[in-house]
Amino acid sequence: MLSSRSLTQALFRTAKASSLRNAALPVTRAMATVASDLVKPTKYGGKYTVTLIPGDGIGAEVTESVKTIFKTHNVPVEWEQVDVTGVVTGNSHPEELFRESVNSLKRNKVGLKGILYTPVERSGHQSFNVALRQELDIYASVVLIKNMPGYVTRHSDVDMCIIRENTEGEYSGLEHQSVPGVVESLKIVTKMKSERISKFAFSFATANQRKKVTCIHKANIMKLADGLFRNTFHEVAKSYPQLEVNDLIVDNASMQAVSRPQQFDVLVMPNLYGSILSNIGAALVGGPGIIPGCNMGREYAVFEPGCRHVGLDIQGRDEANPTALILPPLPTPTMMLRHLGLDDHATGISQAVYDVVADGKVRTKDMGGNNTTHDFTDAVLKQMERQ
Amino acid sequence: MFTVRCLSRGLSFARPAFQARPLSIQGNRFYSTNKVALFKGNKNQNGNYTVTFIEGDGIGPEISKSVKDIFAAAKTPIEWESVDVTPILKDGKTTIPDEAISSVKKNLVALKGPLATPIGKGHVSLNLTLRRTFNLFANVRPCRSIAGYKTAYDDVDTILIRENTEGEYSGIEHEVVEGVVQSIKLITREASERVLRFAFQHAEAIGQKEVRAVHKATIMKMSDGLFLSTAKEVAKDFPHIRFSAELLDNMTTNPNLYRDILLVMPNLYGDILSDMCAGLIGGLGLTPSGNIGDECSIFEAVHGSAPDIAGMDLANPTALLLSSVMMLQHMGLNSHADKIQKAIFDTLAEGRALTKDLGGSSTRSQFTQAVVSRL
Repeated sequence: MLSSRSLTQALFRTAKASSLRNAALPVTRAMATVASDLVKPTKYGGKYTVTLIPGDGIGAEVTESVKTIFKTHNVPVEWEQVDVTGVVTGNSHPEELFRESVNSLKRNKVGLKGILYTPVERSGHQSFNVALRQELDIYASVVLIKNMPGYVTRHSDVDMCIIRENTEGEYSGLEHQSVPGVVESLKIVTKMKSERISKFAFSFATANQRKKVTCIHKANIMKLADGLFRNTFHEVAKSYPQLEVNDLIVDNASMQAVSRPQQFDVLVMPNLYGSILSNIGAALVGGPGIIPGCNMGREYAVFEPGCRHVGLDIQGRDEANPTALILPPLPTPTMMLRHLGLDDHATGISQAVYDVVADGKVRTKDMGGNNTTHDFTDAVLKQMERQ
Repeated sequence: MFTVRCLSRGLSFARPAFQARPLSIQGNRFYSTNKVALFKGNKNQNGNYTVTFIEGDGIGPEISKSVKDIFAAAKTPIEWESVDVTPILKDGKTTIPDEAISSVKKNLVALKGPLATPIGKGHVSLNLTLRRTFNLFANVRPCRSIAGYKTAYDDVDTILIRENTEGEYSGIEHEVVEGVVQSIKLITREASERVLRFAFQHAEAIGQKEVRAVHKATIMKMSDGLFLSTAKEVAKDFPHIRFSAELLDNMTTNPNLYRDILLVMPNLYGDILSDMCAGLIGGLGLTPSGNIGDECSIFEAVHGSAPDIAGMDLANPTALLLSSVMMLQHMGLNSHADKIQKAIFDTLAEGRALTKDLGGSSTRSQFTQAVVSRL
């Protein structure tokens, strides 16, 4: 447990270092390398300013808990909160707030974000979540799926990392109705973006001493689109001979994931499959509440819960599990703290959360307990005092 | 054409659900007036139904023999008509021999073992060819935990229906400029309505109280949106069945939530989720599958042809057997179906005659014999 934590600690900065090495390899590259993708924000007055977007649904509750814990631990982070929402009410101006959040993120380079609700009914309203990722070009989604110590689920020793292309594929938003009752939805796959995400995945694997990178696709059916993704992946793989490489069809991967998830290490895939597999993965280790994630691009990094659930149904009932935003091994905010180089804070908070979970006395409903978000936060705070 | 006519008469959904359903096939029919995919086969002069049997490759012939033995023991009124579907290229298109096509078209129902698509000869997948040839628009995939074979998940009992003809599998793709590929996901109201109506009717037939449409309409607002809005319309014709919708993301958390809910979804989601469900109960060797078409239906084992153990009497025939049970249910031979299904489940639960893949040491013929002795 300890060793794996110290491994992940140095994650993103080692990623930077080693990808610099890799960038020197003669890979024909289309654009940004991973090295330039990890810009570290600057401190002002000894503090980092971080954009905080609580999000809809459970967002407000869990960010409250994060704020309290960060404050208690004296983390040198100042929040710049933007309450953008996807829920449309009479007199709100969601678009303006959305612009504001994008500007704030452009200024601060780093953000912590809950999930924004996307209404199905209203046409012409693109998902803010998707729009944000496209606007900032935060192309790589990293989701870590790992058993939490002290919390027993159906599968143990799960430790996989899902890297998902974030900006194209099925989420292109290009759709049209040719004649009434016939709709075409375009899935776009480009060599440039496939290459970029593949490189990110290999650099990530190298930096974290991972052994294997698996490409997930459906190239047997979408021969051109997913075929391009898979071929590009294998091309990039040639520059990383030290890593084991294979590819798997997405339906088979889903079946393997629920029966033998231990076989997976780093997985890289187009947009939609990432959504499916990260949710399957979450179910394996205890639900979406404990899966951290982040979206990275050349300049910006936005940290958000790995499974991207809004949780509108449990909003306001005080039972959402705040661990989605604070749980090791790469909890969203501690992931962020490590991105900022604040390792001591990250480790301290992680340890407290681990201890509370392993202790098992305070558990929220999604983990089979009866405690509220506040109880959980209080328990973590008490644990931090004891440290 | 169909769509246009449908529109000129207003939405076809507007009709009441229950009215006399003409059994004869009409040229252009509305799915609201007919029961979708009703079996219309007739008995032959011996009082039996003839069923086309595509035994398949690899382990196919062995596991097909198990089915034949067990059906004979259960005195099922079925006569088999074995056909070969080794693919041929006709005008550059993959097709299956005419005898096979005419056999299925005559019998209206077929049972199929695993097929190996020849690699590197430019053949389209045989399964896809069969689906296209017979317009098999819905894929029914039940998954039920097998007593006697323990996995990490208990009491799984799901049933999933997948649209089988369009969506991401439209096959319409092109490279716009070098390095940029467009792949078109096609969703039509016609195909959506057909599979949804079938789903509701199937729920009725098997006594499910709720139908749930799985979609990703938050992102694909128009395409999945069309599927979803069609589902809502069709649901109005089935007021006694609850209808709900769920985002694809939320589907993967707990299989036990879906015990009493029939799931229906577009092609790709169905492909992925049905295999995932199979993973929950122990793999494709234990799950049956039915491909339902307007006229013909083909029931099949979805696992591979396992050439490495072909002819060694080691294969597990459960998937094909359970598919044959589904076929009997489709044909209305419910008492035979129940009898055979019970014999299979009891044999598996007892655990004395399990094949190697389930951790036992029996051969295929010993397992088959154990099922037969229960009949």
